[in-house]
Amino acid sequence: MDQQLLFTELKYILESLLMAAPKPLSVAELRDVLGKAADEEGATEAARAFRKLDPKRIQAALEELSQDYATAARSYRVACVAGAWQFVTLPEFAPWVRAFLGVKNRPARLSLPALETLAVIAYRQPVTRAEMEQIRGVAVDGVITTLKERGLIDEAGRAEVVGRPMQYGTTPAFLEYFGLASLDGLPAADELRRIPVVRPEAVVTADPAQLPLPNTVEEKAAEVPATTGPVEQAVTPAAVSEPASAPPADAEPGQ
Amino acid sequence: MSEYRVQFEVFEGPLDLLLHLVRKQEVDIYQVNLTRIAADFLAYLGQMRDLDLEVAGEFVVMAANLLYLKSRELLPVDKQVVVQESAEEGDDPRWELIRRLVEYKKFKDAAGRLQHYEEHQALVYERRAARMELPTAPARKGAEASVFDLIGAINEILKRFKNRDDVREIEADAHTVSEKLESLRALLLERPRIGFAELFSQARSRLEVVVTFLAVLELTRLRQVHLTQGAEFGDIEIAAAPALTGEPEPPAVDIVPDAPVPTPLELPLSA
Repeated sequence: MDQQLLFTELKYILESLLMAAPKPLSVAELRDVLGKAADEEGATEAARAFRKLDPKRIQAALEELSQDYATAARSYRVACVAGAWQFVTLPEFAPWVRAFLGVKNRPARLSLPALETLAVIAYRQPVTRAEMEQIRGVAVDGVITTLKERGLIDEAGRAEVVGRPMQYGTTPAFLEYFGLASLDGLPAADELRRIPVVRPEAVVTADPAQLPLPNTVEEKAAEVPATTGPVEQAVTPAAVSEPASAPPADAEPGQ
Repeated sequence: MSEYRVQFEVFEGPLDLLLHLVRKQEVDIYQVNLTRIAADFLAYLGQMRDLDLEVAGEFVVMAANLLYLKSRELLPVDKQVVVQESAEEGDDPRWELIRRLVEYKKFKDAAGRLQHYEEHQALVYERRAARMELPTAPARKGAEASVFDLIGAINEILKRFKNRDDVREIEADAHTVSEKLESLRALLLERPRIGFAELFSQARSRLEVVVTFLAVLELTRLRQVHLTQGAEFGDIEIAAAPALTGEPEPPAVDIVPDAPVPTPLELPLSA
């Protein structure tokens, strides 16, 4: 069968499985089902073609299926949450679905300090308490307890430094709570992971007019983006253009 | 280790307050006037004291750091540069502070995005198909019901009429085995499977039960029905056999059941 046709067929098979599934299905589970169907007695040629599929192809078909629903602008989507695929309704239809099914059973919203700490843990995991406090500038003990109680973070081994402090990481429940496919799905993940904040060629502080720029860096300094824009935009290009191999300022000991 | 937790206005800590002050200057974070920031920061701490709020340690540390930076600014510019160039990059305290601020700002923004995701996800409903209870395939291979099963079943049904016998009106014997045989055949042609108990649910008298039972026995003898029992002590099922559904031969019945049926039987069937 034509490859494109086969791919479309695969897409619709996966769609039917997600429609009938009582729970979200991972690529591995979907692959198992395809394999089982291929081994059934009297399986068609098409069914047998999906016996041992590359998981990447299943992933690609699911992504295209998801895109199909987005393009069709339907009221629901095929979404991946914590590595498992499922049908979900869009938030704008929540008033009606809620009237029918009731309010989703979710704990109270997280406080801002909790969200900040969670962001640090999510992007920098595994991370110690001291590293979190270094970034946030405040103690995080209480917040960590709360986040642990809610199952959003968990202990993730010990750092190989003096005192062997506990390290923390996020749990699958974290991905579910925020509706993320995986940790790679975190917004601006590249920027916030281990890549350090890169120093611009000239740090201007007290009085910009008085601070002479060293001759050697004058040219490069001109490349530093205009300084009137939002802080983020001014910082991002410098941070991103730095080679990833640059040793992070807060590199983990022992690396 | 208990820390003072000061939340002044909306500030979660010294970095949060500093970010706020930078924003008030409306300049890029790298261009910020640290001298002014230091003054603003101290002014805030002063206000906190006026409001009788205890100032948490981290705020004091930050204030001290800012004062140090401010004192450096008082040095002639050329001396400053010498200090800066002779030191390791990370040792420049101004840069270190700005780096921390930029980093904190990024995580604060990330927290804002997470909050957005949190709100979004609270409104998203997942589809959960109910696990389907597919009906099990008909128990075609049920065990053959034995004579004892039949006796047990009919006794159960007869029990229902035991008490009623005393008060029941005497009726004309309206039921004959041949009639029942015919109606049973018609029923089976319509619905190939009938539960044994169900068959007697409409019976109004002991006599009718007996006649119906005889009809079942007769059909069984003629191999026009098949009696099976799906489970032990389960209901016996009466199923049409091929001989019934096909063109049935007019049965050459010559049995005359004795005992419970007092009426003369009109057998064989009128063909």
